Order: sequence, then C-alpha cells, then structure tokens
Amino acid sequence: MNTNRVRHWLHLIIKFWNKHKWSYFFIAPSMILFFIFIAYPVVQAFLLAFQKVDLRGSTWVGLKNFQDLAESRLFWDAMRHTFIYAVFVVMAWITSSLIVAALIQPLSNRVQSLFRGAFYLPNVTSIVIIALVWIWIFEPDYGFFNFLLTLVGLPKVLWLQNPDIALWSIVLSTILIVPGSGVVLYSAAMGAIPREYYEAADVEGASGLQKLIHITFPLLKPTTLYLTVIYTIAGFQIFERVYIMTGGGPINATTTIVQLIFQTAFSDFNYGRASAQALILFAIIATFSFIQFKFLSTDVEY
Amino acid sequence: MSQVLKIVIYVLLTIVAVISLFPLYWLFNTALTPASSTVKLPPDLIPLNATFDNFDAILKASGVTKIPIPGSDEVWRVPRLYVWFINTAFITLLSTAIHVLFDSMAGYAFAKRKFPGSNILFAMILAALMIPGQVTLVPLYLLITQWKLVNTFAGVILPGLADVIGIFLLKQYIQTLPSELEEAARIDGASEWTIYTKIILPLATPGIAVTAIFSFQRYWNAFLWPLVVLQNPDLFTLQVGLSFIHTSEFGTNYGLLMAGAALAAIPMIIFFFAFQRYFMQGLRIGALKG
Repeated sequence: MNTNRVRHWLHLIIKFWNKHKWSYFFIAPSMILFFIFIAYPVVQAFLLAFQKVDLRGSTWVGLKNFQDLAESRLFWDAMRHTFIYAVFVVMAWITSSLIVAALIQPLSNRVQSLFRGAFYLPNVTSIVIIALVWIWIFEPDYGFFNFLLTLVGLPKVLWLQNPDIALWSIVLSTILIVPGSGVVLYSAAMGAIPREYYEAADVEGASGLQKLIHITFPLLKPTTLYLTVIYTIAGFQIFERVYIMTGGGPINATTTIVQLIFQTAFSDFNYGRASAQALILFAIIATFSFIQFKFLSTDVEY
Repeated sequence: MSQVLKIVIYVLLTIVAVISLFPLYWLFNTALTPASSTVKLPPDLIPLNATFDNFDAILKASGVTKIPIPGSDEVWRVPRLYVWFINTAFITLLSTAIHVLFDSMAGYAFAKRKFPGSNILFAMILAALMIPGQVTLVPLYLLITQWKLVNTFAGVILPGLADVIGIFLLKQYIQTLPSELEEAARIDGASEWTIYTKIILPLATPGIAVTAIFSFQRYWNAFLWPLVVLQNPDLFTLQVGLSFIHTSEFGTNYGLLMAGAALAAIPMIIFFFAFQRYFMQGLRIGALKG
C-alpha cells in the first residue's frame, strides 16, 4: 500500500520531468542569471535603504536614510535639476521629432529613409563621446559656440563654468539633437494612417492644418504617449552627460539624481543612503512605466 | 504638392539635420585638424590640412600596457588605447553572443512551450523591465566585491548577462512565428534541441539580429558599470578610458581627446550603416506590444 503510493508519486514526478524538462532547460540559464543579478539585488536594495552600511557591517536604522534625504539640500537640488532636465528634454524631443516626421512624410521613400538614417546616426554613438564633443563646443576660449557669439559681436559665455547657466547648457546639448527614435516611430505611425481619412477630409474642404489637427495628431496619440514615457524615463536617468561634462558642478549646480547616487555610493561609501536615493528614483520611474504599460495595452483604433 | 513647398521642406530638413549631425562632424573635424587648430580663432571649419597627428598623440597619452611574453623576461609594450579597444571588443562580443543564445532559448520557451510557472516567471520579467539599472547598482557592486570580481572582466560581464529586454523582445518575436514546422518535426521524432537550433533559430533570425544589434550597442557604449568595476587602466573599456584621459593632464587637449573619441565612435557608426534596417525594425518591435 505504502510502496504503491510512493511508486505512484515517483511515476508522476518522472512523468512531469519528462514532459517539462526541455522547457526548464531552455529557460534555466536566463532565469538563474535573472535571480542572481536582478531579483536578488532588487530585494537587497530595498533592505539596504533601511540600513546603515559600513565596514563593520550593517545596522537597521528604519526610515533614517529617507529622513536624512528629506533634510538634505543637495538631494532636493538634485531632484529639481533632474525634473528641469527631464521636462525640457521631453517637450523638445516630442516636438522636434513630430515636426521632422511630418516634414519627411510627403517625400519619396528613398529620401525618407535617408533622413531617418541621418537623424538616427547621432543616437548610436555613446553619450560619453557626445558629452566630450560638447565640452569642446562649449569651451570658453576656442569653442565653437563662443566663436559663433563673437562672430555676431556678442560677449563670450561660460557655458559649463557658470553655475547659473551650466544646467541649461546641458539641456541645450540634449535638445539640439533630434531623437532618431522619435522620428522613426512617428514616421511609421503617420505612414500607417489610411489615405481615405485625408481624402474624405479633402472632399469636405479641410485645410492642411485642419487635417493635421483633426486627423494626424489624434491618431498619433499612442505613439506620443509611448515616446513621452520612454523619454521621461531616459530623462530621469541622466548620468553620463553630467558626469563627463561637469561632474555635477560647478558647486553642485548640475547634480542630478543618478549623479548623486553615484557620489553617495562610490565617493561617500554611504551604501544605505545611496539605495534610498535609488528607490526614490525607482518610484518616480515606476509611476511612468505603469502609465506606459497602461497605454500600451490599449489597442489603437482607427 | 507645389514645387515651392517641396523646396521649403528640403531646406528646413537639411538645416535640422545639419544641427543634429554637427557634434559628430565637429568630432571628426577636430580629430583630423592639426593640434594648433584647436587653439586659434576662427577654427578650421573643414579639415583642409588633415593629419593623423592627434591619433599619434592619443596613443602616447593613453599610456602603455606591458604584456609579459611567455617564456622570456621581456615585455611587450602596447599602447593602452589598443588594449582598451580589444577589451571593449572582447566584452561586447562575448556578452552579445551569450545574450543571443540565452535570450532566444528563454524567448522560445516562453513563446511556444507550456510549462508550470511560465506565467509567473514571465510576469516577473515584465516587472523587472520597469526597474531602472541604478536600483541594483549598489547591491551588485557589493556582490561583485564579495565574490572578489572587482577589477575583472568577469565582474563587468556577469551581471550584464542578466537581461530582461532581450527575453521580452524575442518572446514577442517568436510568438508571431507559425508552429506547424515545429510540430511536424516533433512528429518526425526530432529532438527538442534540434527543433530549437534547426527550426526556431533560422525562423527567428530577424528578431535575433535586432536583439544582437541592440545588445552590441549597449555593451560597446556601456559606461557606468565598467566605470564602477574597473580600476586598473589596463582593463579599461574605451568609454572608461576616454573619461580617464579627459580627467588626466591631457584633458584639455581637445584634438587628442576628439581623436580618441573618434576611434571609439567609428565601429558603432560602421555597425549602424551595416545594419541600419535592423535598428529601425528593432525600434518598432520595442514600441509595439506585439
């Protein structure tokens, strides 16, 4: 009786194993890496944020790390800088990629793909490289921007050295480049709008602008939402540009959240506090990602 | 459309494209003009007196890596810039290859196979898509320190291998493939591994190409994690090395810096022109929910 039951269970286990072993084999490498290098560190980050970590070990400190942050002037400055950067970059990128996509729409396919390539090209280069070029363009004595200013008789600007201007210079360096991803996605979305819509509008005597406002823009809404969310997330995660161009200076005028996390963890070695900062960034980004998933799951209806 | 309007559109687009491409142009222009050109006004707007002097200068400025020659007391002295290039290529190619293999295996299992736990595991992957990399930065650094992998390539590569985007993209792609071939092969007695390598992989090639290309771009351009893990200049990647030179005594020699940046940028630019179609496709797979 007992042995029968054991044999029964053994049989079931063997059957299960034979049926599913390949599936588990296929997912095993990715999932093992996932648990060690993503899931476990995420849990760890939540625990660290409530601890004080130093060489002797770690002690539980409750909400102290968050309280310290709330009282830290630098943290609020970093939040403000990051928000300013994200807001201006998102607005500028959405606008410029929409305009460029609208402009290339009437052109022939070959010219369209040529322009799409031209606008995408700057995006494949690393931000470290791009930031180094911008330091050179912003250089006070021989940089290209001050050369342009002297050409028209304006005084030179200390683009990255003046604390009142440095953050805006970093914003400027980002928004002057039209994001290739936005151009490509808007362009694809515009191409997918059925011709009949415009033909019907033509019959009713709509102007070009009216067609743009009443047909094109509403149908581009899902693309706009998607781009807004991914650009906002990218904006909040700004690091390399600041790290290379100013290192957060002058006098912390350009410190952003990720720059602050980096400093707190690897200059101050305050791992608990850095984790608390990272969780706050996570909360902000999760809010936007949530919106993204919400809108991505609503189908586009024409 | 009227001819005038067309000309206006071309002019506008050209102006915007010139502004967008200007930093890249200025990078190569400065890299190719003589060093004296970076300390004069007006600057040379085109590299009329093109020279490779800046490239020689960056090779010297980057320092020397001494590689012992086995079986002799002598050392092989290699300019560090070359070493950084090889380090970056090694890390990028190895990571990309492993990614493509693991992500396509998992993507296939999640897309086509039914097994207990698949829903919850995939939900975890979706949730992880929302987590910014900075959250795991400190815990991963502590883990790598504990495993004594600071200052090693393994420390750079291993955590980077855990990636949810590739699994997600390939699951979405493989889901769209027909299942008939797979089932026919199974009836003919093909092993599961054969089905994966001989049927799924060939069919999924476009999706795999997209994953590989984005993975290549991500590792070639990676900065924060290699910066945290690597402290020995002989082990630097190009991006970390460039930031290292930027903060060194050569940091204000822009001709030299731009030459280094140009060398780091060229492989990515060639890569883009070779696979432009896949870059565009990848964006759309990422944007559509599939």
